[in-house]
Amino acid sequence: MIAAAAFYLFAAVLIASAVMVVTSRNPVHSVLFLILGFFNAAALFLIAGAEFLAMILVIVYVGAVAVLFLFVVMMLDVDFAQLREGFQRYAPVGGVIGAILLLELVLIFGTWQFAADAEGLRLAPMPEGVENTRALARVLYTDHVWLFQIAGLILLVAMIGAIVLTLRGKTTTKRQDIGRQIARSGSVQLRQVPLGAGLGQIGIERPPVEPPAGEKPKQVEHHGHGGHH
Amino acid sequence: MLAVGLAHYLTVGAILFTLGLLGIFLNRKNIIVILMSIELILLSVSLNLVAFSARLGDLTGQVFSMLILTVAAAEAAIGLAIVVIYFRNRGTIEVEDISTLKG
Repeated sequence: MIAAAAFYLFAAVLIASAVMVVTSRNPVHSVLFLILGFFNAAALFLIAGAEFLAMILVIVYVGAVAVLFLFVVMMLDVDFAQLREGFQRYAPVGGVIGAILLLELVLIFGTWQFAADAEGLRLAPMPEGVENTRALARVLYTDHVWLFQIAGLILLVAMIGAIVLTLRGKTTTKRQDIGRQIARSGSVQLRQVPLGAGLGQIGIERPPVEPPAGEKPKQVEHHGHGGHH
Repeated sequence: MLAVGLAHYLTVGAILFTLGLLGIFLNRKNIIVILMSIELILLSVSLNLVAFSARLGDLTGQVFSMLILTVAAAEAAIGLAIVVIYFRNRGTIEVEDISTLKG
């Protein structure tokens, strides 16, 4: 009874915050309502018994994704009022399509019935007396290990993609600039060098390497006998 | 087992999905709100999977829901990265101006 009341409360807040996400005038408010919605969705997951997913939802969505949204919204200096032009214009067509879709979904799900042998067709029945996280781990690391690996691969690709996209060309890294290298004429010459001759013998002078100012050449200390025996 | 009927969960999921779709229509110009609407849609799908999983007593739905959460996080990260570099290059994020590749 209490669970049912809690369900209706959290579902109502979830839907209300989703409405506010969509219609809010300020995107920062949208993100904050999105966070509220994720919290309520996590509560719905808890009521359904999916404890691990509820915690993941709070940690990953609220802790990472929503904060990422907040970060980007605040970082971009955009005139959001101008972006809201056309809100009224698109509202009727969006409302009609949304109403049709909702009607279809309700028609499908309202008459939902499980097959008589649905209980026997389960892939991974919930074991009795095992908490949700442990039961999920037992399935995830054995039967669905490929799915787990694919999820990791998706995250890796997303991470590399985001880094590659947003990395600016740094001036501290040394790169080969082929254009400049080819355009450099005169300072490079081709010479026939006799075999076995040192640089000084064939007249190639290098500028002597200046020791950095204020730094004396190190005194080499000798301790009687060498260190190696 | 579910505390309330499966139909209640499915209705909440359907309303959430519709709201997400409506958000894409209403905020045609603001790509950040469009990304948030996509998050809502993915959340509704996840809610449906969890509801079916709880009703049937089958853990597979929760495993798939976890994959959806992963994909949603990756999508948000890449989408926001693209928004940031687009804003850096063009100074605006209006969706309708993104037509450079049209030729």
